[in-house]
Amino acid sequence: MKSLATLGEYTLATLNETGRVFIFAAKGVKNCFTPPFYFREIFHQIMVVGFYSLPIVGLTAVFAGMVLALQTHVGFTRFNAEGAVASVVVISITRELGPVFAGLMVAGRVSSAIAAEIGSMRVSEQIDALMTLRVDPFKFLVAPRIIAGVLMVPFLVLIADIIGVMGGFLISTTLLDFSTGAYISQTIQNMEIIDVVSGLVKAAAFGFSVATFGCYHGFYSDLGARGVGNATTSAVVSSCIGILVLNYLLTALFFGI
Amino acid sequence: MSKIVFSNVYKSFEGGLQVLNGMQLNIEAGESYIVLGQSGCGKSVLLKCLLGIMKIDSGDILVDGISVKDEKRYREYLRKFSILFQGNALFDSMTIIENVIFGANQVNKNKSECRQIAEEKLLAVGLEKRVFDLYPAEISGGMQKRAALARAIAIEPEILLFDEPTSGLDPITGGIICNLLKDTIKSLGVTALTITHDLKVAEFLADRAAVLNKGNAVWTGRSGDMKTCGNKFVENFHRASNIISK
Repeated sequence: MKSLATLGEYTLATLNETGRVFIFAAKGVKNCFTPPFYFREIFHQIMVVGFYSLPIVGLTAVFAGMVLALQTHVGFTRFNAEGAVASVVVISITRELGPVFAGLMVAGRVSSAIAAEIGSMRVSEQIDALMTLRVDPFKFLVAPRIIAGVLMVPFLVLIADIIGVMGGFLISTTLLDFSTGAYISQTIQNMEIIDVVSGLVKAAAFGFSVATFGCYHGFYSDLGARGVGNATTSAVVSSCIGILVLNYLLTALFFGI
Repeated sequence: MSKIVFSNVYKSFEGGLQVLNGMQLNIEAGESYIVLGQSGCGKSVLLKCLLGIMKIDSGDILVDGISVKDEKRYREYLRKFSILFQGNALFDSMTIIENVIFGANQVNKNKSECRQIAEEKLLAVGLEKRVFDLYPAEISGGMQKRAALARAIAIEPEILLFDEPTSGLDPITGGIICNLLKDTIKSLGVTALTITHDLKVAEFLADRAAVLNKGNAVWTGRSGDMKTCGNKFVENFHRASNIISK
């Protein structure tokens, strides 16, 4: 009986938390479209989310492409289908690995930073100070981060796609004896616009997830260093789960499952 | 009509902790009012309820007749206040002058005027130009307090709130800040509400004071009358404060 009560309490708490996240996200989106707009803050967040994430996303993409080429070659050799390496690399990178790896890396780097920054602002009463200065914290803190996430993660994924495919190309032409021309033509022939577009749409959704969860956990962080630490951890975990769930839903939506 | 009225205000937290317990308080326009009390008696909660940052359970808080619960007029309500936070709450991603410009910018959209206002306010609180472009973490606690005060007055409030204005400062800097606050209140002619546990600050700054205990004002009156007011709790509080300062 006690375990049932505990389960019930846990379920209610989870539903309550989910509802709060949705309300927070809706309020955040609304504030992205209503003035005043803090352009300096938006530009700053674009740099933080986009530009400063480029090295880690690029590094992840190049290794993902290289490993994918190697593994595909090893596996496909068993069926005498090693010629399909270029197609597998480009489709996997653009549809899945580029968006998901970039999303997860940005979640680790940016979502935690957002939660820590906003959580510290909560602890040091800077959010209260914003209110008393007649500034809506949603417009100043949440909206710029959501805008930056939605705009910049697709940009990062586009770069990740290019670098990832280049990684596969590099390994295939140097270690696996593919001819340069054949690899490039096979890549171009087998890549469809929908592969790239679906990846970019996913990326925008992932960017939204990363920014929203980062802001949410920071905004409602408990006081003290421990509270901010917990908010940071929760932001990364929630963002990653959000990315995985959205990835499934969008894949099902795009490819008609 | 009083400038600020706390009318039977109740506020509790999860777990049943009652912080404000039927709070009654009237603060007149233009006076400097102090709320005194032990740590944890609800002083800071009172301030956050007054600003509407925390929602009250029941009762009402009125400022110039506008209720804190009136959502349609909340912006107008909030526009009357400015606060000097206990920890200063300067934005650490902005320089000192950017912090003050950010405040000034909320009432004046002209950028060059805002910069001029910010420089005037920073000089008025005794900060030198060399610190204008430093970040809050690069200056001392006393300087941060001055910068936060400059930001608070840059938005031209009707009511200035001070939350433990001398906490974390050495006695000399604390004294300088107290003098600065008194001069600021006098020169701006604003209503001031100070939250503190420091009796010396209270006696120096206040026209009138209230002493809180268990979420209610157990005594209100002129700060100089505190030690002979006849209320046992207030007299004990006064005596204990004096023992510590001696």
